[in-house]
Amino acid sequence: MRRRWTLYDPRLAWLLVAPVLLLLIFFLVLPIAVMAAYTFFTFVTAGVETSALTTANWHEFLTDSYYAGFLLKTLRVGAITALLCGVLGYFPAYFIWATTFKHKWLLLLLLIVPFWISFTIRTFSWINILGEQGVINVALLKLGIISEPLPMLYNEGAVILGMLHFLLPYMILNVYVSLEGIDRTLISAARSMGCTSAQAFREVTLPLSLPGLAAGLLLCFVLAAGSYVTPQLLGSGRDALFGNLIYDTIMGELNWPMGATLSIVLFLVLGFFAAIYTRFMGMSQIVKGLGG
Amino acid sequence: MPDRNDLSEVPRPVAAGVARPGAGAPAPSGGIGAGQPAVEFRDIDIAYGKFVAVRDFSLSIAKGSFVTLLGPSGCGKTTILRSIAGLVDISGGQIMIDGRRVDDVPIYKRNIGLVFQSYALFPHKNVFDNVAFGLKYRNVPKPEIVRKVGQALEMVRLPGSEKKLPSQLSGGQQQRIALARAIVFEPQVLLLDEPLSALDANMREEMRVEIKKIQKETGITAIFVTHDQEEALSMSDRIVVMNAGAVEQIGTPQEVYETPATAFVADFLGKANMLAGTVSRSGQAMAVVLATGQTVEVACPRPLAQGSKVTVVLRPQKLSVGAAASANRLSGRVVSASYLGGSAIYEIDIGGKTSIRANAPITGRVLREGETIDVGFDPEGCVLLDEDGQRIS
Repeated sequence: MRRRWTLYDPRLAWLLVAPVLLLLIFFLVLPIAVMAAYTFFTFVTAGVETSALTTANWHEFLTDSYYAGFLLKTLRVGAITALLCGVLGYFPAYFIWATTFKHKWLLLLLLIVPFWISFTIRTFSWINILGEQGVINVALLKLGIISEPLPMLYNEGAVILGMLHFLLPYMILNVYVSLEGIDRTLISAARSMGCTSAQAFREVTLPLSLPGLAAGLLLCFVLAAGSYVTPQLLGSGRDALFGNLIYDTIMGELNWPMGATLSIVLFLVLGFFAAIYTRFMGMSQIVKGLGG
Repeated sequence: MPDRNDLSEVPRPVAAGVARPGAGAPAPSGGIGAGQPAVEFRDIDIAYGKFVAVRDFSLSIAKGSFVTLLGPSGCGKTTILRSIAGLVDISGGQIMIDGRRVDDVPIYKRNIGLVFQSYALFPHKNVFDNVAFGLKYRNVPKPEIVRKVGQALEMVRLPGSEKKLPSQLSGGQQQRIALARAIVFEPQVLLLDEPLSALDANMREEMRVEIKKIQKETGITAIFVTHDQEEALSMSDRIVVMNAGAVEQIGTPQEVYETPATAFVADFLGKANMLAGTVSRSGQAMAVVLATGQTVEVACPRPLAQGSKVTVVLRPQKLSVGAAASANRLSGRVVSASYLGGSAIYEIDIGGKTSIRANAPITGRVLREGETIDVGFDPEGCVLLDEDGQRIS
């Protein structure tokens, strides 16, 4: 016998998520699966590969320390960026939370404003600030403080600065959302029991905002370690990150199997960190932060 | 009913009368109550920008007593409580705790226990760390902390719950932990900010008894804020009835309930019947012609001139119905009847679009809607208010 459809029919639920499921399958799961399969193909010469299965790509990745070095450096730069984001992002988040300013939404809006300009253009703007003909160098030269331009661009510092610029709003929003979730009477309670403001911060506010901070750290780390545009524009060849390596392997050497191997490696490594985070913190915090 | 501006001048004599330590208050347990009050407010004003939350508030609270600030929401009672803790700055006047001025003492140096409506337990700390919190910041040695926390948990009847997280406890248990946390470091004053409002009805009653018991055992001075008259009447040594930022009346539960000083108090506590009338015969046994046409005899503390406008305030419990209605018999019709077991509450239409409520013991059967009923009251059983809503005394 056929059942009549109702408004909360579970079959209806499947129908509603079907488009998203199909999108995910065709544009996420399938491409990754194809890439994973590619890692076992044989590289013949630039632009040519055969489907003869081999482990040569994985063997090369695991034995050539060149790749391991790249990976470690990428993780290091990602970690430094995330930590700097955490340190620099906590204060503005705390300020927005604590301020008695009537138009808080304006401050939050200021965090969103950068997203109105293309990320690439924002990154390019650093060239006008840090470059040899950039604002800082020209000003310092005019003032006679320096006699030749300072080399501020095309180094690791510039890359990290560029990524900070891009990632700070994510950190601030994440921390802000978790601060906003704190019951303020907890702070009054701590104060009434003998805490100074600083002690109350250490006992109550900081520990209760840690989930947001951790979510921000993960997000910034993953985005920084997976970045490609920023090191390309603001770094020299030596400052390339894993993303740039993948680009070179595929677009420069036309070695698709090796490029696929490196992509899957980055995917697995960053996925590993996300999994650890989820195990201890749960994913909900990140979702909250992105939605806040 | 008098408006706010009138009231600002009224509380002065009321407050002054109460400022005598111990006047009208039952002897505090422990016998340390004599002399210095535990908390004293002198002409406190509190303003948020242009909004004046509290004006000219004066009160002196004897050591070891249980005082309740009672009033509707927005009357300033919580603001006063928070000002003792230092969570709100006062804009005028003085607050003294044990004779020491505390206006300039920062929150964390005032030795005060606070219990919040929302419990405010630290969700990331277990019960032990929550209760030990105040002791830790008073540099109490570790073994002493363990002992005192154990004792406090014993007192709130939750021994052995040290390792639990607040989220693993029920609302009532959480509030008991909050109480333990507030008294464990032996504060000079315990402040309770509507601590029962978040609990369900059964739990509320149980906690009421428990809080009162613990307060008696420890002999701590407690200030309790509530909008619930039942809580106020059952727990307090003294009640401060507040309205619109000012004191309406201060007295023992019985004084406040039986001899309300103003129309507001009469209405807010127990919804008294208020019948407008005019004095038709002056003298010891004064006669009042009610707006509804009937004439009643009432006892008046002082002679009033003929023609004075008065309001007769009658508690529903002071009314008798049926055959029991002897003096001041008014006849009416039952509008509604609620059976409460031992007694019944009748809503009685006495004509002139006026109905009065009577809460009378049941003799025979409970009358139904539409039946005629006689209602009466003793001339001594009422309170008279003047035209401004102030009690005539």
